[in-house]
Amino acid sequence: MALPSYATPLDRAWYVGFRVICAAVFAFLIVPILVIIPLGFNSEPYFTYPMPGFSLRWYEEFFNSPQWLLGLRNSIIVGFFATLVATVLGTLAALGLNRAEYPGKPAILAVLISPIIVPIVITAAGMYYFYSRIGLTGSLAGLVFAHATIGVPFVVITVSATLAGFDNNLVRAGASLGASPVRVFFKVTMPLILPGVVSGALFAFITSWDELVIAIFLATTEEHTLPRRMWSGIRELLSPTIMAVATLLILTSIALMVTMELLRRRTERLRGISG
Amino acid sequence: MKGFVGVSAAALTGAALVGLSATSPAQAEDTITVASWGGAYSASQREAYYKPAAKEVDLVVLEDEWGGSLSEIRVQVETGDYKWHVIDSESGTAMAGCDEGLLAEIDWEMMGGMDRFLPGAALDCAVGTISWATVYAYDGDSFMDGETPSTIADFFDTEKFPGKRGLYAKGMGATLEMALMADGMSASEVNAYLHENDEEAVARAFAKLDTIKDDIIWWDTGSMAPQLLSDGEVVMTTGWNGRIYDAIVNEGKNFVIVWDGQTIDYDLWVTPAGHPEYDLAMKFIEYASRPEVMARQSQYISYGPTTTEAAELVNPDILRDLPTSPANLGNALWVDTVWWADHEEELTERFQVWRAQ
Amino acid sequence: MASTAEPDAMMAADGVPLKIRLRRAERMRKVWALALIAPLFVFLIVAFVFPILSLLTISVEDPEVNDALPRTAEAFREWDGQGFPPTETMVVFAEELAMADRGGFGRVSKRLNYDISGFRSMLKKTARAADDLAPLSPDAIHEGFIDIDSDWADPAYWLAVKRASVRYSDYYMLWAIDLRRDGTGEIVDVAEGRAIYVEVLIRTIEISFAVTVLCFVLGLPIAYLLATLPTRRSNLLLILVLLPFWTSLLVRTTSWLVLLQNEGLVNDTAIWLGLWNEPQELVRNRFGVYVAMVHILLPFMVLPMYSVMKGINPWHMRAAASLGAPGWKAFLKVYLPQCMPGVGAGTLLVFILSLGYYITPALVGGPEDQMISYWIAENMGRLANWGLGAALSAILLALTVVMFLVYNRFVGIDRLKVS
Repeated sequence: MALPSYATPLDRAWYVGFRVICAAVFAFLIVPILVIIPLGFNSEPYFTYPMPGFSLRWYEEFFNSPQWLLGLRNSIIVGFFATLVATVLGTLAALGLNRAEYPGKPAILAVLISPIIVPIVITAAGMYYFYSRIGLTGSLAGLVFAHATIGVPFVVITVSATLAGFDNNLVRAGASLGASPVRVFFKVTMPLILPGVVSGALFAFITSWDELVIAIFLATTEEHTLPRRMWSGIRELLSPTIMAVATLLILTSIALMVTMELLRRRTERLRGISG
Repeated sequence: MKGFVGVSAAALTGAALVGLSATSPAQAEDTITVASWGGAYSASQREAYYKPAAKEVDLVVLEDEWGGSLSEIRVQVETGDYKWHVIDSESGTAMAGCDEGLLAEIDWEMMGGMDRFLPGAALDCAVGTISWATVYAYDGDSFMDGETPSTIADFFDTEKFPGKRGLYAKGMGATLEMALMADGMSASEVNAYLHENDEEAVARAFAKLDTIKDDIIWWDTGSMAPQLLSDGEVVMTTGWNGRIYDAIVNEGKNFVIVWDGQTIDYDLWVTPAGHPEYDLAMKFIEYASRPEVMARQSQYISYGPTTTEAAELVNPDILRDLPTSPANLGNALWVDTVWWADHEEELTERFQVWRAQ
Repeated sequence: MASTAEPDAMMAADGVPLKIRLRRAERMRKVWALALIAPLFVFLIVAFVFPILSLLTISVEDPEVNDALPRTAEAFREWDGQGFPPTETMVVFAEELAMADRGGFGRVSKRLNYDISGFRSMLKKTARAADDLAPLSPDAIHEGFIDIDSDWADPAYWLAVKRASVRYSDYYMLWAIDLRRDGTGEIVDVAEGRAIYVEVLIRTIEISFAVTVLCFVLGLPIAYLLATLPTRRSNLLLILVLLPFWTSLLVRTTSWLVLLQNEGLVNDTAIWLGLWNEPQELVRNRFGVYVAMVHILLPFMVLPMYSVMKGINPWHMRAAASLGAPGWKAFLKVYLPQCMPGVGAGTLLVFILSLGYYITPALVGGPEDQMISYWIAENMGRLANWGLGAALSAILLALTVVMFLVYNRFVGIDRLKVS
């Protein structure tokens, strides 16, 4: 967006002003995430710059605290199984949605997508009310089911998006060569839609990994996840340990974001080949 | 498939590693969760009760925090979904919970009888653990020259002492009585007034609070009160005397507690009705009520014990900082447990609505 | 089906008309498709839809008196509400009060206390003395009640019991909009000082609207910049939008809590720059809520706008310029109209997401900045007023669904993309 040679002085001023505004907005977006990271390495329990010294004591505190580690363990377990449930069910459903037209499809789609539309407090309250009656609260299983439901729409959406660019003739070709539908699925369909499935799975995972409101309602102390533990910590007293945990969460986000970007490139490459 | 398998494998390995490295408390045989008030208070309980309990009576204690509202217990009893075995409760809450069948009756035989305890510290469903006061305090360093606050009325007088005030967000206990005392009632009159004319008393307290509403900064947890003072966010704040004491002793703050118009109450151990592990709850409460165990707590925080035997074992140095020390009782109010048992839940709701208006 | 009779219908290899084979194949495909969807559909119905429906039903239930004092409830329903209930009704009431278990009694007194403050202590007193009340003759029973507490001479208390004796009622739905029924069944405002929920609802919409506008104002320039820069550079800048998007809401809210507090970086910097001399209150108020929410929701505004803007031909702007339109005019008249799908998607998405915000206002807002989700959580949790929590949930859900239908109408559910 270089400035054309016929630009007036007003245009030039506007151009510079515009760039300054954009820089400010970008700073607004990124600075709050970056400033929190060094605070976890502060040698003193304060949140002001300049920091008096560098220290790993807050990370030590994290890795020596049974409560934080329990939170980490629960987060990993719940995240893994919720992702598994969401990915398997979501992928199958996306395949089904792509397969045929039939009456009531929009309604079905609405149900499948609804978990990301309903405000999370309502979901959490409803689950709390219902799960407690069937004995699912106070167990990791309840959290797994709850997190799977809110992760599922992402899987349906990403896999559907991949399938939209999917050439169904490939399936027919496979079938005409004598492969069974299952074989066709694993040998032809799966490799092509895999990037979509993995993106969906990553979305489902990060949804569970960062989820807090449902955990507030459903989890008792023994099921506290990392964000739930952090929530208690923040409300009690902000400590640099929380900044250390926040940094770990930011690193997870970066790792997932990079993976996602690599997948997107791979999909584009594959599209190039198949299309 | 490779990518996904990779991710899953990594997640699984991670789960396994964490599982192995964390000595997960959930694996111990007898594990209970105790809900208390966090911060320095929970820390004192950790040192006095929780940690020794693992060694001395094979009971692993997990900690949780709660906001002191009976409704938090009601939800657990009604859903059968118990988060807590034992709860550290204020007296009105304990009595109301007992009346409404939300708390289990105590096995008093196991506790060695009600007579061991100070009057009011032994209820059908609750065993006293500490006596404590809600006081107000200011930072001596910000009042270097000139007059310092000395009465409960000064807390509500923003003309004489301009600046923000810290007040407890979650319930109206103590705040109600303090507002009435600041409005001119003496400590000895308040409880009778509450009983005789509760509507008028509540309205009068809200009216008094309205006068400082714009100057209030709310604290939700006991540790936040001294924190607000030391961050300079408020010039004075109400607080639980042990928390202020902790900041003075352990953080070297120059906070001054104003012993006028404070309210004194017991905290008591209770257990939710119908808890499948009632026996473990009793085991913990019995342990925590042993004189030598109970007396340990005042090494860590300035709260008084609830049995005479334990009181004799208390470190003499801390006696003058206890809410029950005669020097501090000039204009002090013992919280009316019976009145609060009837009004706590409703006032919590009205107070929350008032705060949000 | 008629076509099968036609003699010249095309036949498949096995002699079955091709149309039938095709139809059969089509049907098979549908069956297969539904079979693939079924597991998720059933899972969501059980684990998600049903819980929410069961929550919504308690917003119209009024179970306490019915469950704990069933015969009393029945007798009170039959009373016409004139004067005082028949003496037999009072006798039943006294009998059941004497027998009620502590738990059931606790729930009844909590429920009645919602209606008339002070009912709890009065009922407790009555229940304690109910053993002496039950043997009284019907003629003396009302006097017996009045002897225990003089308030029983006031019909309002009896009417409150009657109102709570129906199994389904609009009690909580009315409460959720600050209304109640008085003794005669007329709908009136709740007592002074108790009304909050209409204000909360308006506040929720107000905050959501302001956040949406702010996101639009801040999002438009950077979406435009991203769309018009060369791909290599825009991809780099895009990371600055995507990283916040991927970062946990709790982490970002915590950051703002740290940055905006009295001794936080923002105050420190501003004082250092001489913008103000004393630390300003930037958090635990509306300002903090706006800042944190805009930060969290900005990517949801930028990404849809960016993806639409990227598809706009830059030559349109040049053409407008060459025809003599100043830059700003070309932007407003030529460029912006073409962005509308992205703007619509972004604004609606941000607005819908804002409506349900809970964690962020709870941490960076004061008591006067809490939105409807906070009150749902508060009533479902600490205040244990499930009926009211459910009624507020119904209102929030209705609002969200309406906004989503608007979204679906203008943007389309199938355009709901995630990255």
